[in-house]
This record gives sequence, C-alpha cells and structure tokens, in this order.
Amino acid sequence: MSLLNIVKKEVKELLTPATVLPVVLMFIIFAGMGNFFGEAAEKAKEMPKIGLACNDDGNASKIFVDVMKAYCNIVTWNNSIEEVKERKGFALIEVPSNFSSNIENFSKAGVKIYWVINDIGIANAFPYETIKNIIEIAEREIANNILEERKINASFVSNPINEEELTVFKEKEIDVSPSVILQFFSTQSTTVPIIVMIIILTSGGMVITSMGMEKENKTLETLLTLPVKRSNIIAGKIMGAAIVGFIIAMIYMAGFGYYISSFSGEKIDLSEYGLKLDILDYVFISLSLFSSLLAGLSLCIVIGAFAKNYKSAQTLTLPISALAIIPMFLIMFKGFASLPFSLKTIIFAIPFSHPMMAPSFLLLDAYSIVVAGIAYSFIFSLICIAIAAYIFKTDLLLVGMMRNGKKLFWKR
Amino acid sequence: MKAIEVKNLVKRYGEFEAVKGVSFSVEEGEIFGLIGPNGAGKTTILRILATLIKKSDGEAKIFGLEVGINDDEIRKIISYLPEEAGAYKNMTGRQYLAFIASFFDGKEILQRGIEISKLGDRIDDKIENYSKGMVRRLLLARALMTMPKLAILDEPTSGLDVINANEIREMIKRFAKEGMTFLISSHNMLEVEYICDRIALIDAGRIIEIDEPEKLKEKYDAKNIEEVFIRAIK
Repeated sequence: MSLLNIVKKEVKELLTPATVLPVVLMFIIFAGMGNFFGEAAEKAKEMPKIGLACNDDGNASKIFVDVMKAYCNIVTWNNSIEEVKERKGFALIEVPSNFSSNIENFSKAGVKIYWVINDIGIANAFPYETIKNIIEIAEREIANNILEERKINASFVSNPINEEELTVFKEKEIDVSPSVILQFFSTQSTTVPIIVMIIILTSGGMVITSMGMEKENKTLETLLTLPVKRSNIIAGKIMGAAIVGFIIAMIYMAGFGYYISSFSGEKIDLSEYGLKLDILDYVFISLSLFSSLLAGLSLCIVIGAFAKNYKSAQTLTLPISALAIIPMFLIMFKGFASLPFSLKTIIFAIPFSHPMMAPSFLLLDAYSIVVAGIAYSFIFSLICIAIAAYIFKTDLLLVGMMRNGKKLFWKR
Repeated sequence: MKAIEVKNLVKRYGEFEAVKGVSFSVEEGEIFGLIGPNGAGKTTILRILATLIKKSDGEAKIFGLEVGINDDEIRKIISYLPEEAGAYKNMTGRQYLAFIASFFDGKEILQRGIEISKLGDRIDDKIENYSKGMVRRLLLARALMTMPKLAILDEPTSGLDVINANEIREMIKRFAKEGMTFLISSHNMLEVEYICDRIALIDAGRIIEIDEPEKLKEKYDAKNIEEVFIRAIK
C-alpha cells in the first residue's frame, strides 16, 4: 500500500504541465516536419511543370518532345519565360531548328534550358533534378533510335551484361543485393537506439531531479520519518519515474516514428528470408529494455542521492546522458561487431547498450549475447539498488560525505 | 514512562564531534525546548531522535524504544517537522495531507489535518500558490494530524510573521494540553521561554543548563532566557 502511495506521489510530482508540454511540443514539431517531408516527397512524384518550345520538326526532336510530354506537364508550347513563371513552371526548354539535322550528321545537338526558381528550400530542388533525369531518358531514346535505324539491337548494346545477385547471409543465399539487407538493418540500428536513449534520459533525469527537489524542499526528511520502508521509497521512485518516462517516451516515439516514416520509401520485406522478429524475440527485447531501464534508474537513484538540490541534480544527469549517448552513436554508425575489443567491453558494460543492440542481434539469431546482456543488466540493477538501500540507511543521504567535520560533498 | 531519554549522546563526523555527550529526558505531555545558536548541535540531536541520522555513541530512547534499533516502531509514534521544510508543490494542500495520512490508519486523520491547518477553501489550492505562513501551517497540520505521541519540531516558527508565529505557538500549547509531547528547537529564546515547560541550553554540542525557564532566570538573575544564555556560556 505504501509503495503504491509513493508511486502515485512520484507520478503526480513528475507528470506536470511543465514536463509534458515540451514533449508535446517536440511531438508537434516532429509530426509537422514529417508531414512536411511527406508532402514534399509526394510532390516530387508529380510531373514537373515545364514550357517546351520546339523549333524543329525532325525525327529526333519528335522523340525528344514525345518523352518530355510523357514525363512532364507542359504548361506552354510558346517560347515565353513569362508564361512559365505565371504557371509555376520550373523550366523552359528550347529545341533549336537544327536539332534533328545535327544528330543525323553525328554532330551534338543542343537544347537550351532556362531554369525558373519559384521558391527556395531543399524540397524545391526535386523538380529540377527530375527534369534533368527526363532529358537523360530522352537522350537514351534518341540513341536507341539511331542504333535501331542501323539494325543494331539497342537494348542489348546499352545493357550487354546480365547481373544475377545472390547475397550470402545467415548461411542462406538470398537473391537481393547487400545494400537492401544493410538498409533494413540500418533502420533497426538508427531508430531503436534513439528511442532507448530517449527513454533512459527522460526517466533517469526524472529520478535524479526528483531526489534533488526532495532534498531542496526537505520533503525527503519528512518522507524518511514516515512509517514506510526505505526499500519502498526507492522502489516507488524507480517505478514512478519509469511510468512517467514511458509515457513521455511514447509521445516522443509517436512523433519521431511519424517523422522517420516520412523518409522511408518502399518498405523492404525480408521476412521470407528469416529476417523477422517473432514473439519470443519481442519477449527478449522487452526483457532487455526492462532490465536496462531498471539498471539505469537504479544507477540514477544512487547518483540522485548525491544531489543537493534541483540545480545540482541537473548537473548530475550529465554522466547518465553520456552513458546513453555514447553507445547510441557507436551502435548507429559503427555497429557492435566491428568495434575493437576494448570498445566492445565498454559498450557491453553500459547497460543501456543492450536494448539498442537486441533487435539486430535477435535478427541474426545471436541469442546468447542478448541473454548475457539481460543477465548483466539485472545484476547491475541489483548492485545499484543494494548501494541505494545502503545510502538510504546511512547519514550519507542527508549530510553527504564528511571527514573531520569538513564536507566532502555537502552538509545541511 | 519517559517520552525521551537521552544519555551521553555523541555524534561524530570523522574526528569532529557535533554532539558531545548530551543527556536529557522529557516527560510525557511536556514541551521541551533545545535552545542555542546556529551550529550548536540542536538539529543534529533532533535528526538522531527522528531516526534520520545515526548516533555515534550513547543511548537514546523514545517511549522505551531504542533509537537505531527500533526505528520502524519509533516512526509510527513520532512526527518530525524540519526547519524551513517545504511540501510537494504540484499537490493541493488536501492532496498533500491525504498522501501523508495514507501511511497511517484512521479515516479521521485527513479531516483533522484540514481542521488544524485552518486553510479554509485554500486547502484545495496548489501548494505552490501558498504563502510561507500557509505552507508552515499545512506542515504543522501534517505533523500533528496523526496525533503522534512525540512531535519533534525544528524551528517551528522560523521565518514567519508575528501573527502566523503566534498561531503556531498557541496550537502547540493546545496539543500539549491534550497530552502530546513536544521536542522543539529554536534559536528564538523568547519564543521558547513562552511555550516550553523546560528548556536545555546547548552550545558547541554540549548542554550547559536544563531547567524550567523561570528557575533559570532566577538562577542567573536574568530578565529573560537570552540573558540566561549569555551568562551561562561565559
């Protein structure tokens, strides 16, 4: 009962408009950015608007015009830049009268492109690239036509080698390129570490801040003189922070997930090659996340015990941030397997690393390292909780460390 | 049975002695005051008796329960009000009292707390919107609503205006009449003279006098306890 009361109190203290509002704001920003990029990507798929002024009626220019008509939205056939501007076109392409005759004489034919910039911004660059690609298609079509006229198999000449790709992965031969598989894993090794880092930082920061605030307001002294076990106070603080951290992380994840999904193109389904997580894998991931969160929060309770007030609590969150961010970057950009032994040991020793790596390891059937990580995190938690329980039973919590009457940390 | 029995109590931080062999006892229903300047060791003694920090040596008993051994039992019969304590700012006054009451048996505790606090409708306001006096009244209500056998109050009126301080003094006297024992620390010697049945003058970790305020004034031929203290430490 007393544990539940402490948990409820912690949730009430931590889940305030001041803590939730910035997170909701981040959600709105992420969602807004995702929406923007999604719209930009959709817009990029639209046919670009151009003006096409063709002054030639030869065969090559006909092919050129046909390709441009097929892939572009021709807003004007006049040689008028004003009309293109008016109709929000991106370019005016002028085909000169000697276009076809030059090609027939094996002389380079020229087209003049007047680019029109309607707006600045990264997303506005897409149509220009698209138009250049379409011109390349037209070029290939004209080249093919030249070859066909000379009775040469154009499709063979342009593509004489037939590539058959087989990637050996997980002792199987998979008929996809390695980049497809690596792209699949890079999605895993980017999203999961970021989410885990957010959960750890949010919840951990809350535990430390809560301890700092309790000391600053002297509410901890009141709490410690109530008929409630020290272990319940520690457990209540951990559980309260975990609940609030989880809620906040869910809001972040929703926004971040929407943002990330706006970038991903076609979904890659590699489940037929065994690259999918089953129920057992999700159990392992949950256990890994839970044990890591428990380890993180237990460590934060120990660190928080040394917080003198709210301000010092903020400083004490730095080591936790470093412990969460370092493995995140290493796992995201380098991958665990390619690290030197010394870094591997450090990454393994940081309990937050394990849920970041777990999905990739499970996809590779490397269960032993996932189980070892879970066991390690639980042992780490138990040690931290034992240290926290010791601190809560001694003078350390309230008077800090002293030697010969002089404070090493603080004295109140 | 004595409410408090302290014999040769010592608190050391390394080689530094904050409390140097203090002895005193408090009768049930008595208001006992520890008086002394800042850093004299008053808060350290209160914290030891409130089971917050460990004694280094000596003996301390609360209603026969030994401090350091029967701490869980002691916490059921005492309440402690730290100096300049705050409350959880995101809670309303009612929520705060309900939170504390939830650790004790008895449905009447919360209602009693609300009555003691005398906060009226403001009891449902957030604590962050309370004045210093209102917070102190709420905290005193928190300390007294569980009807502890011993209330340990560290500087109960510190930083309060005359009216709020007087209200709190009257409240302490009223509860003592009903049988509650109080151990109070203060460096406001006039206040302690007014509310305490007996006082201990403490300086540099040692008790230099214990008696009723009137008897001490008589002994030192002093007009008030401030004068007694100055003469006693000479």
